[in-house]
Amino acid sequence: MGILSYFRAKKQTSASVAKERLQVLVAYERSQRNQPDYLPQMQQEILAVIARYVDVSVDDVQINLDEDCSILELNVTLPEQKH
Amino acid sequence: MAEIIVVTSGKGGVGKTTSSAAIGTGLALRGFKTVLVDFDVGLRNLDLIMGCERRVVFDLVNVINEEATLNQALIRDKRTEGLYILPASQTRDKDALTQDGVERVLNELSEMFDYIVCDSPAGIERGAHMALYFADTAIVVTNPEVSSVRDSDRILGVLQSKSRKAEQGEQVREHLLLTRYNPARVQAGEMLSVDDVRDILAIPLLGVIPESDAVLKASNQGQPVILDDQSDAGQAYQDAIARFLGEEREHRFLEVQRKGLFSRVFGRKG
Ligand SMILES: Nc1ncnc2c1ncn2[C@@H]1O[C@H](COP(=O)(O)OP(=O)(O)OP(=O)(O)O)[C@@H](O)[C@H]1O
Ligand SMILES: [Mg+2]
Repeated sequence: MGILSYFRAKKQTSASVAKERLQVLVAYERSQRNQPDYLPQMQQEILAVIARYVDVSVDDVQINLDEDCSILELNVTLPEQKH
Repeated sequence: MAEIIVVTSGKGGVGKTTSSAAIGTGLALRGFKTVLVDFDVGLRNLDLIMGCERRVVFDLVNVINEEATLNQALIRDKRTEGLYILPASQTRDKDALTQDGVERVLNELSEMFDYIVCDSPAGIERGAHMALYFADTAIVVTNPEVSSVRDSDRILGVLQSKSRKAEQGEQVREHLLLTRYNPARVQAGEMLSVDDVRDILAIPLLGVIPESDAVLKASNQGQPVILDDQSDAGQAYQDAIARFLGEEREHRFLEVQRKGLFSRVFGRKG
């Protein structure tokens, strides 16, 4: 490890950027792969119900199923309260 | 009973047909009775790469539709003993490949051959699905480039859930074949390295085929590049076949080739 390699490490090559992007994307796509077919429809319906009561957008609602489909996690970011 | 090998990738133009031709020829050269089946219905090219395009009379779809027998449709390779080609049809649509029909043809081929090498079309649609559905073994052809790696991962997902083996609770044997590898660009940090791609796809590496002028030259002549044993790509495919058959071979052509006296004296030993 010389001073040269220190400088080299600072500047990211385009190949290392590619690798990082791929790692994130592939991990995400693999997690989606095992989802049951009903999940997208269910996500939409849950979102529709919530939207009936509070002013939320798609991005404010996160619905995740864990690996073996035993826990459904629902995360809703509520809009700021107006007084 | 033959072993059914699918050469697949998801992404188009990465070297599936080039690799199918090399692998089929390589297995036949090792004494195995081998048939190359072109599943790219509508866009057949394997016949051109194998140099038998003028001898095509019947094709896979004719056999499926019982308009021709297998023996009428199989083309015997003139260069390599024990190698046959079953071409795809040029005109028909992909719906011509029914699962029952494909199964019937593969069963019949299985009685006659040691290896059935299926050249898959690009994509993850019907044609690609039919090519991989009955596979025992998959050779996933990947270029060191983001979209190819991503598509390879998707096709691995299909192999792991929608193949016959997967449906029977078994696993298709998976191999990574990295093609069009350019060591100079990898060294310059412009191209994903073999280790990068291995880290991401996490399947065993069968071989690395360098980007090579020999491939275009071979396809111009209608001769699989593995027969060009002076070429880097030809030798890399030969190594891949050896590994496929269980031999230990070090990976070559991963470094920039040194030119000059040194490399001339020591040659290109593995
Ligand atoms: N190692 C290599 N070096 C240089 N060129 C290559 C190499 N491998 C493949 N090619 C070239 O890349 C192009 C695509 O190759 P090929 O037809 O084998 O890909 P494919 O995956 O079968 O494509 P498709 O998805 O259209 O069926 C061809 O022009 C071929 O000559
Ligand atoms: Mg092809």
